[in-house]
Amino acid sequence: MDYILEMQNVTKTFPGVKALDNVTLKVRPGTVHALMGENGAGKSTLMKCLFGLYNMDQGQIIYNGKEVQVNDAKEALSLGISMIHQELHTNPHRSVMENVWLGRYPRIGGPKSPFVDDKKMYKDTDKLLKSLGLTMKPTDLLRNLSVSRAQSVEIAKAVSYNSKLIIMDEPSSSLTETEVAHLFGIINNLVAKGVSIIYISHKMEEILKISDDVTIMRDGQYVGTWEAKDLTTNMIIKKMVGRDLTNRFPARNPQIAGELLKVENFNSPNPLSFKDVNFTLRKGEILGIGGLVGAQRTEVMEAIYGLRVHDKGKLYLRGEEIQIKKPRDAMNKGFALLTEERRKTGIFPLLSVRDNLLIANMKNYKKSGLLSDEQMNIDTEEQIKSLSIKTPTSRTLIQTLSGGNQQKVLFARWLLTHPDILILDEPTRGIDVGAKYEIYVLMKDIAEQGKGVIMISSEMPELIGMTDRILVMSEGRVAGIVDSKTTSQEEIMILATKFVG
Amino acid sequence: MENTDELKIERFSKSNIKKVLMDRAILFVLLLLIVIIAIINPKILSFRVLRDVLMQSSTKIMIALGMMLVILIGGVDLGAGRLVGMAAVVSASLLQNSDYIRRFYPNMGPLPIFLPILIAIIIGALWGIINGIVVAKFQVPAFIATLGSMLIIYGVNSIYFNLPPNNSQPIGGLRPDFTNLGSGSIGPIPIILMFAIVCTIFMWVLLNKTVFGKNIYAVGGNKEAAMVSGINITLTILGLFIVCDSLIALGGVLEAARTGGATNNYGVGYELDAIAACVVGGVSVTGGVGKVSGVVTGVLIFTFINYGLTFVGVNPYWQNIIKGLIIVAAVTFDIQKYVQKK
Repeated sequence: MDYILEMQNVTKTFPGVKALDNVTLKVRPGTVHALMGENGAGKSTLMKCLFGLYNMDQGQIIYNGKEVQVNDAKEALSLGISMIHQELHTNPHRSVMENVWLGRYPRIGGPKSPFVDDKKMYKDTDKLLKSLGLTMKPTDLLRNLSVSRAQSVEIAKAVSYNSKLIIMDEPSSSLTETEVAHLFGIINNLVAKGVSIIYISHKMEEILKISDDVTIMRDGQYVGTWEAKDLTTNMIIKKMVGRDLTNRFPARNPQIAGELLKVENFNSPNPLSFKDVNFTLRKGEILGIGGLVGAQRTEVMEAIYGLRVHDKGKLYLRGEEIQIKKPRDAMNKGFALLTEERRKTGIFPLLSVRDNLLIANMKNYKKSGLLSDEQMNIDTEEQIKSLSIKTPTSRTLIQTLSGGNQQKVLFARWLLTHPDILILDEPTRGIDVGAKYEIYVLMKDIAEQGKGVIMISSEMPELIGMTDRILVMSEGRVAGIVDSKTTSQEEIMILATKFVG
Repeated sequence: MENTDELKIERFSKSNIKKVLMDRAILFVLLLLIVIIAIINPKILSFRVLRDVLMQSSTKIMIALGMMLVILIGGVDLGAGRLVGMAAVVSASLLQNSDYIRRFYPNMGPLPIFLPILIAIIIGALWGIINGIVVAKFQVPAFIATLGSMLIIYGVNSIYFNLPPNNSQPIGGLRPDFTNLGSGSIGPIPIILMFAIVCTIFMWVLLNKTVFGKNIYAVGGNKEAAMVSGINITLTILGLFIVCDSLIALGGVLEAARTGGATNNYGVGYELDAIAACVVGGVSVTGGVGKVSGVVTGVLIFTFINYGLTFVGVNPYWQNIIKGLIIVAAVTFDIQKYVQKK
């Protein structure tokens, strides 16, 4: 058997869009197969067809040498295909073991019995977790685990189905480098046991490190499949975008002037959160914030922005002390915060692109107490054009846009408030290469207007490539501030783990 | 040994005590209220009062346990109170003394006692099926679906209650073997309390030891995950409504037996008491979290406070205000547990 899975000539149309057009995917047994493409290229649609969440219009699936029909998730699972979704599908209020065996609990006295065999479930889970090198207890509640540990539970669940093929949809997007290393350990362990992995990610370095084969898609079409060892980052980007993208980062010409913001002795009342945070941000500067997940980077920024309390510490804006108690204070002082979780704290999915754009700025459109449509439409169209947001109309619901375009709308939302200090929390997470570049250009433009930009990022190349200085946090403390021109990934990693353990 | 000492210190550290207090805040507030009532009138701490409270709580426990299932999936059953009324009227109408003057069915011979009870429970189960189909299959929010069935049940029950020759007269003259279920005891233990205990054990086993029970928690905690894992969500929701409304109907039957009569207005507002008891007992209104022990505690405390406020002579209008405050406080404390402390 050459392939564990062959998907041939798969076509899928949605009203008005051809999401998949004659796509082919062939996965060899016991390999990691990366599936790549920009957002909207059709990767997720293809995987949903495989997993039985969508019905294909055309095409066939040959799995384990036999043609199969997959009508729902349950059938896929019983064939030995599992999927780890980008958003975790766990029940936070229940234990690890109940999450793993959800839908097929062991029963006391035969499969028809209504009673759950808790003891067997505990034992099986314990064995499973140990075989994967996971340290949590079967009875731990999911809500008490970190994101990466909760994700390992999902992987354990996939393994428990005796899956021969595991689809991982951006499993590393919320993990730190060490956690990714651990994930790769688990993947290698699985591959050694003959399991095949379809790995979807936007992170080139990761793809080249972990995968054996790479299939690239563009605009719903199959571009080709290559062995990973024959590819380079630039080749992948070129094939994904369909054009040369010579540089991943725009050329910058930083004009750094005096101090804009000074953060002095920020401390959280929560002893496990941040402490003694000091730094300055200068006009025209892009300051990167690096560190592991859990280093309290987001928390510090949220405290500055008035979303969290801090008990000691002062803020100086252009040398004057300021008080920020709530986000509205921060906005009035010229701060803007683009939050980390786009779906949770960014977009209003059921509102239009226009309303999403203007929501932070509505008071500027009041005319004798009522909102003026005219000015709102003018500004909206202008932003859509200047940021080249791809949307059918300004009245389209934002939830129908791709991730990159949603992010551009959010960017535009904050640009309209004319901020002096723009705080970006993982601004390019989960968006494709083309949109990333556009966001970098926006950051560069803002900095060149003499404003200050702070960017939290877990992606090293972006951190080093886009910023002037990088503040690295470790366990809630500032481990060091380095010059982006002279630093290295190794130096940042050493700083990030300085206070760990 | 050093390790265990450290653990102990950890467990009793300041922040931990605060956390325990916070998690159980509403219980402490209510216990305090009970202490205050007992100080005002110490006679309340008598065996007779305790027995009264337990008997009054019994039907409420069944109704609250049913309600809990719906709250576990993030809904409520607003029809619960009216279903109590229907079950009470139906069972009472079929279990009157043969020599009673105003009989609902003047010419009917005596039925075996289990039959009318079973009929009432089946009626409850049927409403459960209807509610379940509307919520699970048509995806109507439980709040709206049961708001509708609340009105419909009341309408249907009132039409039945108005049938000649009864013509909306209160149903009385219930058979002693029936009223005995509500007010009699075996030894020192009231029969109605035994029913409540059996229902409680049944529900604990159902939720903690069966696949169906685990699936209810799964659907309530993360519907998507449950779906992806191949759990039949429609069947789970349908099933829980059937169990819920059957239990509520049993509560209605015993309510008729306990009070020795029934009208179409029986049970009005009971759904709110049941929701309140669940919430006070720690069942999260956002779904997926809740324990049987919590619900039973919630009912007992609520009934005791109800009883106690009347016992010490608090004006009924004030009683409503106090109960309202308790409910809002309970949810406030509950929500704080899950709100990320910022």
